[in-house]
Amino acid sequence: MSGTDRNHLDTATIEENFAEINPAMTFAEAAAEAHRCLYCYDAPCMQACPTHIDVPSFIRKIATENLKGSARVIFEANPIGATCARVCPVEVLCEGACVEKTLLQRPIEIGRLQRHATDHVFKNNISVLKRGEPNGMSVGIIGSGPAGLSGAAYLAQLGYDVTIYERKEMAGGLNTYAMAEYKIRQQTSLEEVGLVEALGVNIRVNTEIIRPDAESDEAKEGIVFDRLLQDHNTVLIAVGLGQTNRLNIPGESLKGVNDALAFIEQIKTREWDSISVGKNVVVIGAGNTAIDAATQAKRLGAEKVTLIYRRTEKDAPAYDYEMEIARLDGVEFVWQAAPAEIIGNGSVSLLRCVKTDGSGESLDIACDQVIKAIGQSRMTEFFTETCGVNTDEHGRVIVDEMMMTTRPEVFAAGDCVSGGADAVDAAQLGKKAAAGIHNHLAGVYVDLPGLY
Amino acid sequence: MADLSINFAGIRSPNPFWLASAPPTNLGSMVERAFDAGWGGAVWKTIGAPAVNVSSRLASIDSGALRMAGLNNIELISDRSVEVNLKEIYACKKKYPDNAVIVSLMVESNREAWHDIVKRTQDSGADGLELNFGCPHGMSERGMGSAMGQVPEYTRMVTEWVMEAAEIPVIVKLTPNVTDIIPPALAAFRGGTNAISLINTINSLMGVDIDTFIPHPNVNGKAAHGGYCGPAVKPIALNMVAEIARNETINVPISGIGGIATWRDAVEFMLLGAGSVQVCTAVMHYGYRIVEDMIDGLNNYLDEKGFASVNDIIGLSVPRVVDWSDLDLNYKVVANVDEEKCVQCNLCYVACEDGAHQSFEFVESNGKRYPRVIEEECVGCNLCSLICPSPGAITMQRRDDGTNSRTWRELEENK
Repeated sequence: MSGTDRNHLDTATIEENFAEINPAMTFAEAAAEAHRCLYCYDAPCMQACPTHIDVPSFIRKIATENLKGSARVIFEANPIGATCARVCPVEVLCEGACVEKTLLQRPIEIGRLQRHATDHVFKNNISVLKRGEPNGMSVGIIGSGPAGLSGAAYLAQLGYDVTIYERKEMAGGLNTYAMAEYKIRQQTSLEEVGLVEALGVNIRVNTEIIRPDAESDEAKEGIVFDRLLQDHNTVLIAVGLGQTNRLNIPGESLKGVNDALAFIEQIKTREWDSISVGKNVVVIGAGNTAIDAATQAKRLGAEKVTLIYRRTEKDAPAYDYEMEIARLDGVEFVWQAAPAEIIGNGSVSLLRCVKTDGSGESLDIACDQVIKAIGQSRMTEFFTETCGVNTDEHGRVIVDEMMMTTRPEVFAAGDCVSGGADAVDAAQLGKKAAAGIHNHLAGVYVDLPGLY
Repeated sequence: MADLSINFAGIRSPNPFWLASAPPTNLGSMVERAFDAGWGGAVWKTIGAPAVNVSSRLASIDSGALRMAGLNNIELISDRSVEVNLKEIYACKKKYPDNAVIVSLMVESNREAWHDIVKRTQDSGADGLELNFGCPHGMSERGMGSAMGQVPEYTRMVTEWVMEAAEIPVIVKLTPNVTDIIPPALAAFRGGTNAISLINTINSLMGVDIDTFIPHPNVNGKAAHGGYCGPAVKPIALNMVAEIARNETINVPISGIGGIATWRDAVEFMLLGAGSVQVCTAVMHYGYRIVEDMIDGLNNYLDEKGFASVNDIIGLSVPRVVDWSDLDLNYKVVANVDEEKCVQCNLCYVACEDGAHQSFEFVESNGKRYPRVIEEECVGCNLCSLICPSPGAITMQRRDDGTNSRTWRELEENK
């Protein structure tokens, strides 16, 4: 790949650039921070967390050196609590609501404390969740991302025999493949998957759910959707979103034009030498994935990274603190510019944009790599054709308040329902789906921790 | 600049801040460094027959992030000979004639022994003597220290022996390990002491290592009770100082001791009747240097309040310490929440609900949920305002008109 054949920094520097942005706390750090927590009653942080983790309770347990109990409180309300500790937009969730933020402009570091507690149980191989007494019923879950794992964890605790079908080689979905490497290591996501597997959940990787008339990828096992309904009492669809959207402009198939998720997935391997990064990179889009791609391109050694967005800075969907990370990394921004054509002889050398500020002016940006991060498509066809469930006008799976789709015995959760949100939101939807499934199959309303 | 100098029962000191008899006054070189740092006086670590000590000796209790909210020790009196100590006292006094050097004494319960130590100490040039009737550990098992202070008859007897020989001011240091501080204080007073100091440390066992089951401080797998001091004991000390200060019979100066770490603490002790204050734990925690802010802060306080001398504040709060029976039963305050300052931690709500009188409710306002006081239910206990982390968010507001004061004593007398 011309121009993008290698990154330009030595391994030691790259390792340094990819050091965790929210590193582990020392014992002393965690103790001091935990003692700073006021132990609010019906706390704002707990309300702000989509999974409603009892934050004051888990922090108090850190203060009393009951780390096992602390991790239990976290995982009971959020089975992907270790991932969320690292990737959650805490600034706008728990820490944003923290009373200490109001009082002292310095919120408790809830995310890092959550990491402290969850690290403890991973490191010491302590199990904090318990598999339920088998109830003789089984649930098949499609997708092992945040929603699928969360749903599986609750269902296993309720006594269901759970099998997850995962298309990829490794479980964890976006937690494993798509989080910025300086936020979370792949290893952490996999450890968290292990926590769910320890509850007896069977995860079948390299397994695709297909239409009866389709053939699966030869490296993967194909299972027809209706077969799942025969093998299980219910099926939970938790497949997330589809491919990165296409730009639909000339030159999109040139060498050096990449998909942001594929680019990030490559980084997750930490095989730095194999990662293609240009000298002069343009990232298209201004969502959190675009920021992750831009910052990581820079950290790998791109000399110049330009992020272009067709609307204004104010409209950029990325969180403010994410934008700040990009700014600190030296990423440049071009607002109100829409890509019109990618130009190059075999491989990309120029991105031609049109200004959307009303001037209609053309803007050329020289580059040797273009990373597309303009959102992911909805897997509408998969839902309607393969699974036989209805979708709304945005391609999202339609569910009722119990997360049941329009097809009986089929439930859905996660991004495929929400249309795309944070991992913590998907985890909460997985929890809701588990409660809905239990209500449907066992006729029991179960008040899972932090359900509402 | 206010005048900070004091004349405490005849002992002159450039300021009311003295080091208490403890590890910080163990050596001449230490006391000299303390004087250089600004301490007005020092009560030398108790001299007597040299002690043999154990290792380890200290244990502490933390409060949240605050280290050493309370400290306990099982160290005994000076482990160096009386001669060596007296030599250093002499040298120190020569070098620092304006600072107060008070020597703490403890010998066996024997008239000649006390006469002897008093005379020898006076010859060293010390400004005063402090009789250690308070040490609660180790020495008490040998009939000294608190064994003396816990029996008023002994306290009076030994005080009388000392007064027979003393030519310099004598302070009797009392133990708080009694149910009522007045009988031992009266005994010291009737024995002729020139002043009283208190409190010595409180009997305590600091905790247990829950992994090894060994209590603190660990001396080869075992522990003994020790003397408790530090910030945690201040309220106990203040009460005992105030009790003596408001006693009509006992009419000698009081040197306040117990958890004093700042000028604010010192002011409180002096308002309740202390004529000087003694500090130990805070120095063991932070060093002699803390006296700089104690002097500076006291000075600024006195200037701001318009007091020319530190002596002007001594005892100002004593008339305000009364028996419960003399409190106004008709005084009525209620808590009030300022929504502007409320941070919605809801600690007031849960504290009142589970720990007081269920006087809070939640109200929605501007899209937020605030705790609000139900005045009819509020007894004005203060709890919510004590736990509220946001300064000024909860205030106690007066609801009676102040015209109809009535005490329990008055009610009883009018029956």
